[in-house]
Amino acid sequence: MFADYSMPELMSIFAMQGFAGLSLFSIFVLMALGLAIIFGQMGVINMAHGEFMILGAYTTYLTAGLFENVMPGLYGIYFFVAMFLAFIASALLGMLVEWLMIRHLYHRPLDTLLATWGLSLILQQAYRSIFGAREVGVSLPDWMMGSIAVTDLVEIPINGLIVMVLTLVIATLVYLLMFRSGWGRQVRAVVQNRPMAEAVGIDTGKVDRITFALGCGIAGVAGAAFTMIGSTGPTSGQLYIVDTFLVVVFGGAQSLLGTIASAFTISQAQSTMEFFLSGSMAKVLTLLVVVGILMLRPQGLFALKVRR
Amino acid sequence: MLKLQNYSVAYGQSKVIHDLQLDVGENEIVAVVGRNGMGKTTLMKSMVGMVPAREGVLSMQGVDLMPLKSHQRVKAGLGFVPQGRMIFPTLTVKENIETGLAASGRKGIPADLYELFPVLKDMASRKGGNLSGGQQQQLAIARALATDPKVLILDEPTEGIQPSIIQELARTLRKIRDTRGLSILVSEQVLSFVMNVADRILVIEKGRFVHQEEREGANQEKIAAYLAV
Repeated sequence: MFADYSMPELMSIFAMQGFAGLSLFSIFVLMALGLAIIFGQMGVINMAHGEFMILGAYTTYLTAGLFENVMPGLYGIYFFVAMFLAFIASALLGMLVEWLMIRHLYHRPLDTLLATWGLSLILQQAYRSIFGAREVGVSLPDWMMGSIAVTDLVEIPINGLIVMVLTLVIATLVYLLMFRSGWGRQVRAVVQNRPMAEAVGIDTGKVDRITFALGCGIAGVAGAAFTMIGSTGPTSGQLYIVDTFLVVVFGGAQSLLGTIASAFTISQAQSTMEFFLSGSMAKVLTLLVVVGILMLRPQGLFALKVRR
Repeated sequence: MLKLQNYSVAYGQSKVIHDLQLDVGENEIVAVVGRNGMGKTTLMKSMVGMVPAREGVLSMQGVDLMPLKSHQRVKAGLGFVPQGRMIFPTLTVKENIETGLAASGRKGIPADLYELFPVLKDMASRKGGNLSGGQQQQLAIARALATDPKVLILDEPTEGIQPSIIQELARTLRKIRDTRGLSILVSEQVLSFVMNVADRILVIEKGRFVHQEEREGANQEKIAAYLAV
């Protein structure tokens, strides 16, 4: 399949597809971070995670509409405001869901799976009723459009770069929060031994609620980034949930670095192969490789080593 | 200080702890001894709220602990060192101790903790899971002390620790009692340790206290007979 291209052409294809994959990478990282934090902390597999992402996307859409109509002069910065609002909206909904539903279902993993699946259907229908079944999109401000031409053949999209930088900033913030703050220490203690964490005076119920809210909030930010690469519909989130699980499992649960590495590998493999093969063949190949590696390393790419 | 009245614990229908009466005095060290399966760990766990109590009174300085959750009991002044240490293996030694600070509301680790356990200072940035058994035991005690307890509960602290260190542990516990002025309730099987550490000894059998003695003038053979299998 490579035979039709000359060597320089191939190199630029790889470079450009690689950069195109960066937006996908960013969304994977943000989605997987939230999912991994929630799963690691509470053992809850949140099937509605994609819908929390879409809530962020709709929030971005609404914010864009607001800026366009009320203060068009500031349209250039709407995305940053939207990202912040998307985080707040998804985090608040997450907190409510945890309080209403999840906290009653701890220690029942299968029930949470079903319950969050049901929640995802409810949310999808809610989006359909509120925003309509037709997909919506936002137009990017001028300065985010276009691309930087590195060579004659290689062009890098600007919005992809912005989203990637934002993702790395958020990932760094989450890392600092988990490993340098008192709250993160409590989260990690609860992850390792819930009853014991409670018996050294940690209010695990409160830690759970904030963790769930944070995970959902990050999904909301992923939704804001999502508006840059696709249009938003009620069921758009569903397409991402499986890939995100793949990223989490492949990277090794409870390892932030592993999550990032695995998101990068999977998104880049996907994006590069999509150019040469069909989209579904690319997916099949990615899945096969991931399954193969997981058979050799069931704990994922990165896992902490200690005496237990 | 710590009071139990008609205190019972059950797993479903089977009662494990029957109508216990206990009053741990201020600054007193009380040891509960008994063979395996007699209810020591159940008693300890239920006091800190990890296992629900069936009925009775559990109070500390007049504060009713029964309706409180684990973390609220710890905040009220109950420090807990569980059987098997249960430190957090992937947290560093320093972080392990700091988890106790949530209950005491302090900002940093009190300096006297490191004076009690100098080895923990040397290992502060190591992962808790990579410490030896004896060091993990010290860490578990330090973590409990970081919650600023009024009563410290220890469940079989000598389990899995080499004999030479056991007597050192007894000295450390007495020192903690003397310097911090707290009360200690410890469950144990090793009689020599108990004779070194306790002011009063209670024997538990099938969930009931069957014998009680002050340490001074305690009849060691009689207690040893209870512990014999």
